Amino acid sequence: MLLQIHEPGETPEPHALERGLAVGIDLGTTNSVVAIIHSHEDRAEVLRDQCGDGLIPSVVAYVGDEPVVGRAALAMQIEQHGRVVSSVKRLMGRGIGDVKMLGGSLPYELADDSAGGMVRLKIDDRAVSPVEVSADILRALKARAETKLDQPVDRAVITVPAYFDDAARIATKDAAALAGLEVLRLVNEPTAAALAYGLDTAAEGLYAIYDLGGGTFDISLLRLEKGVFRVLATGGDAALGGDDFDHALAEWVIADQKLGKLTPVGARALLIAARHAKEALTAQDSVWLDCDVDGHVLHVNVMRDVFDQLVDGLIARTLRACRQVLIDARVEAADVQGVVLVGGSTRVPAVRHRVSKFFGREPLADIDPDEVVAIGAAQQAKALTQGSDTLLLDVTPLSLGIETMGGIVEKVIERNTPIPVTKGQEFTTYQDGQSGMLIHVLQGERETVDACRSLGRFELKGIPPMVAGSARILVKFAVDADGLVTVSAEERLTGAKAEIEIKPSYGLTEDEMAGMLRDSLTHAREDMERRLLIEARVEAERVLLALSAALKADGKLLDAAEKAAIDGAIAQVRQAMSSEDRDRISATVDILEQATHGFAQKRMDRAIAQALTGHSLDEVEKSMATDEPNDRAVADATSAAGRK
Amino acid sequence: MMIGGEHKAIPRAALAECWSCKGPVSVQAIFCHTCGAAQPPRQIDHFARLGFEPGFDLDIDLLEKRYLGFQRSVHPDRFANKSARDRAMAEQQSVSLNEAFETLNDPLRRASYLLQLKGQTASVAKDQTVDDPALLMEAMEAREALAEAESVEAIEKLAIKAGADAINLLSEISKAFAADDLAAANRLTTRLKYLRKFLEETRARRVALESF
Ligand SMILES: Nc1ncnc2c1ncn2[C@@H]1O[C@H](COP(=O)(O)OP(=O)(O)OP(=O)(O)O)[C@@H](O)[C@H]1O
Ligand SMILES: [Mg+2]
Repeated sequence: MLLQIHEPGETPEPHALERGLAVGIDLGTTNSVVAIIHSHEDRAEVLRDQCGDGLIPSVVAYVGDEPVVGRAALAMQIEQHGRVVSSVKRLMGRGIGDVKMLGGSLPYELADDSAGGMVRLKIDDRAVSPVEVSADILRALKARAETKLDQPVDRAVITVPAYFDDAARIATKDAAALAGLEVLRLVNEPTAAALAYGLDTAAEGLYAIYDLGGGTFDISLLRLEKGVFRVLATGGDAALGGDDFDHALAEWVIADQKLGKLTPVGARALLIAARHAKEALTAQDSVWLDCDVDGHVLHVNVMRDVFDQLVDGLIARTLRACRQVLIDARVEAADVQGVVLVGGSTRVPAVRHRVSKFFGREPLADIDPDEVVAIGAAQQAKALTQGSDTLLLDVTPLSLGIETMGGIVEKVIERNTPIPVTKGQEFTTYQDGQSGMLIHVLQGERETVDACRSLGRFELKGIPPMVAGSARILVKFAVDADGLVTVSAEERLTGAKAEIEIKPSYGLTEDEMAGMLRDSLTHAREDMERRLLIEARVEAERVLLALSAALKADGKLLDAAEKAAIDGAIAQVRQAMSSEDRDRISATVDILEQATHGFAQKRMDRAIAQALTGHSLDEVEKSMATDEPNDRAVADATSAAGRK
Repeated sequence: MMIGGEHKAIPRAALAECWSCKGPVSVQAIFCHTCGAAQPPRQIDHFARLGFEPGFDLDIDLLEKRYLGFQRSVHPDRFANKSARDRAMAEQQSVSLNEAFETLNDPLRRASYLLQLKGQTASVAKDQTVDDPALLMEAMEAREALAEAESVEAIEKLAIKAGADAINLLSEISKAFAADDLAAANRLTTRLKYLRKFLEETRARRVALESF
């Protein structure tokens, strides 16, 4: 099978002993949270500040030498408006066309070179990418965790909206790399919430997770059963959240007060005031919006009814997505046993009301909607580093396809397909003698290229001259457990191949990345060397363990001389492993593999001989059968793990 | 459960070499019985992968139980601490299990796949025109009825009828496979495919009419 399994340059997970702690991070549009589960414990601890606050506002102020993150940055929003950045998650992996205006102005200033690639924000004379801003937030989270735990933290499970596309996922991973965090896994936010909720309450059955945060909306349907968390379908909108509620209210104020065009500062001030008013309306029926906008001193009364009407269309959009997810999962609203609300915007009474009406039941409110995602991330971080009995099966949120004639998208992987997944589809040439084929990879649900998001283009070259329609080009898509996409293409008759790791124009280039890594003074190079050494050791250890199992089972096939030769080669490997010399380790492993060649041959010959003569094969057959799950397969897995 | 029976000889083709300890393993094995290494998924059919004989009638609960059980042991989350090669093998297994389960869990896909296994593909292939005038006629009529349906209730009625037809078709398909009448199975599967498409359209129409 032609499968692109891991990204180039990725190295195996080095042993826990040599590493720092692993945490779970909810990197939110408005607020971020970091949590951990200590070894030998089940409960997650949210890492809080001195005041007991677990939320860190996802706001960065570029004033002085070091970026200021969190509450302190929030407090500078008005005075230092040009240097304070918020809601940057909305811009992750996005182009300038995706940015929303208010009163004819953007609440940020954009750098001029933004055209084409990912937007960049202008801060004084610098252009800062959303990836860098996210990295600064992640650094602050890492620092908080290290201070609280008094130990280095260098790995994390980071959550992303389920509906995030590939570009936004890659941008998130890039941000983590800049912050010196290895991403153990990107987990979808609603899935993380379900994990935390399910493990906490031992809930079983069909659950809907409705997550409306500051910038994004996700709806996921999961089946919870005996430690298995299976996502049946997921949907949402990566640009719909509380920020849009603020926006709707601000637009209303502009119209009501006949404000006309605003400056960026004015737009920012109005949005902040709108957000305060909105939040106050959750507990009151009527509030005053007070704000100074470009010289106008506003004192506007806002009634809950008015606000409800303003956001009516936005809530309707979330419910439409809910309907679609029910259809995709082939279930009815009545089949859903519980609706879990996640995210600050689910506090809005109109949201609660409409969601409970849609599902025909009161949503569950026995969890903290602000922290549940980070807790789920911490649980997954623990599972990945220390093992676990639970199983998380997720899906790909968006269909993947390639452009065909006439700007039509041919889907290769449908949305809601369980991941990891690999799927291929054959295409052919449409002109005689066509020697190359441009493959344009798209993500989205619409039929036409313009309506989907472009993930990248690559060219398959070297197709030999053939009549139109006779080449057989196999395009393979792979989506891994992080939801990241790899695409490869192969001409089947000649074997011409092309492959891309999707680095969308929205992501950072390798050069930019390398430059930033240098800037941020992480010792990338040394780190790489160390990881390669660890990788070589892990591989050598694997070879020794496999061989020792083989010797235990079939060692009797060897005579004394053969056995001695193998033992000698084993000793060489052991010695090499205790050195720091990666090449020596690899060389001795090669020699060992050579030395055991005859042994492998003997084992195979015996098995074939037994198979051919049809002798009592009880032993062979028993051990080779594919047994019931939970029985032998699992026993093998655990014993293999136990041996390391 | 054992694949291949209790005392049958293992054919040569059923043996493969473990990539890790180089010993013999069954092509169906997910893990090597000697060294415990996850094996790459080999070329076996989806039924065999989940421990079934090829056939249309399937114990869905058992299918799901096996799928989840196997997935529990090979899912990438279980291999985060292993070497790159171990992880790659397990991930490929996980991919194959997903594919096998997705194919067998849906009766339409299962029927199409079974026909393909038995060398019958023609009329269920994607976008192929169908040589069944009666079916085309019916499909057209159904579509007209849907286009004329103006209310959620009217659409619901059409959907309920189509749903009932689909259930009947499933039992007919099952009978055709049981009688090894592949031509009939093929024809009925094509019919089911059309019905499914129609059902999807009714849902889409319903959502479009629904107000939130
Ligand atoms: N009491 C309240 N009433 C109304 N809205 C509220 C209330 N409290 C918080 N919010 C809104 O919730 C949003 C923040 O929610 P949350 O912290 O869950 O988002 P996030 O996780 O940062 O964002 P996302 O998940 O979209 O990336 C903001 O828009 C905020 O105004
Ligand atoms: Mg959130």
